[in-house]
Amino acid sequence: MISPTTAGLILAGILFTLGLISMLIRRNIIFMLVSVEIMLNAAGLAFIVAASKWGQPEGQVMFMFILAMAAAEVSVGLALILQLYHQLKTLDSDEASRMRG
Amino acid sequence: MGTAFYIAAAVAILSTIMVITRYNIMHALLYFIVSLLSVAVVFYLYGAPFMAALEVIIYAGAIMVLIIFFVMMLSLGSQTAGEERSWMTPGVWIGPSILCLVLLGELVFLILQPAGPAGEVRVVEPKEVGLSLFGPYILAVELAGMLLMAGIVGAYHLGRQKKKIVHRFLQTPES
Repeated sequence: MISPTTAGLILAGILFTLGLISMLIRRNIIFMLVSVEIMLNAAGLAFIVAASKWGQPEGQVMFMFILAMAAAEVSVGLALILQLYHQLKTLDSDEASRMRG
Repeated sequence: MGTAFYIAAAVAILSTIMVITRYNIMHALLYFIVSLLSVAVVFYLYGAPFMAALEVIIYAGAIMVLIIFFVMMLSLGSQTAGEERSWMTPGVWIGPSILCLVLLGELVFLILQPAGPAGEVRVVEPKEVGLSLFGPYILAVELAGMLLMAGIVGAYHLGRQKKKIVHRFLQTPES
C-alpha cells in the first residue's frame, strides 16, 4: 500500500504528462492553451499534496499564486488567439510559424 | 483517504484522457470541467477544503466559462472538428506520447523509491493560509495583483478591434 503523499504525487505526474502529451500533439491553438491549464493544475496538485505532507501553509499559498497566474495567462492568451484568428483566419498553430506580416 | 482518493483520481485521469483525445473542442472543455471538479475532490481529501472551493469557483467557474464563451464567440465547434481529426493522425501523436510516457515511468519509479517514514495527511486550516499569505508573503500578493492588472491591460489592448481605415473615395455611399 503506497502512502497518500506518494499517490498524490503520482496522480500529479500523470496529469502533467497528459497535459504535456496534449501540448505536443495538438495543432489547434485553443487546445494548446487548455493543455497548459492541465499542466498548471497538476503542478498545483503537487503543491497541495506537499502542503498536507508537511502540514505547512506554504503549499496552499503557492497554489493561490498559481491560480492568479493562470487567470492572467488565460485572459492574455485568449486575446492573443483572437488577434491571431483575425489575422490568419485559422487556429492552426503551424500557420503562425511562418512569420509573415 | 483510500477508496475515495482512488475513485477521484481515476475520474480525473479518465476525463483528462478524454480531453486530449476529443476532436470537438466543446466536448473537450466539458470533460476538462469534470477533471477540475475531481481534482477539487482530491484537494479536499488532502486537507485543503478552501483550495477545493477556490478550484471550483475560479478554475471550473471563471476560467472555463471564459474559454467556453470565447469558443462560442468564434463560433467554432463542429466546423473545426473535421480539420482537427485530419490533424490528429497516429503518426503525429505516437512519438511524443511514447517519449512522455517513458518520462512518466521514470518519475513514478523515482517517487516509489523507499524514503523516510510516510507522514499522515494533515489538515491545513484556511486561517493558517491567510496568516501566511498576508504575513511573510505580502510582497508576493502585491506582485500577483500587479500581474493581474498587467493581464487586464494586456488583454484589453490585444483584444481591441482595430478600426479599419478606408479612403473616403473607396467608401461605399451609405444608404
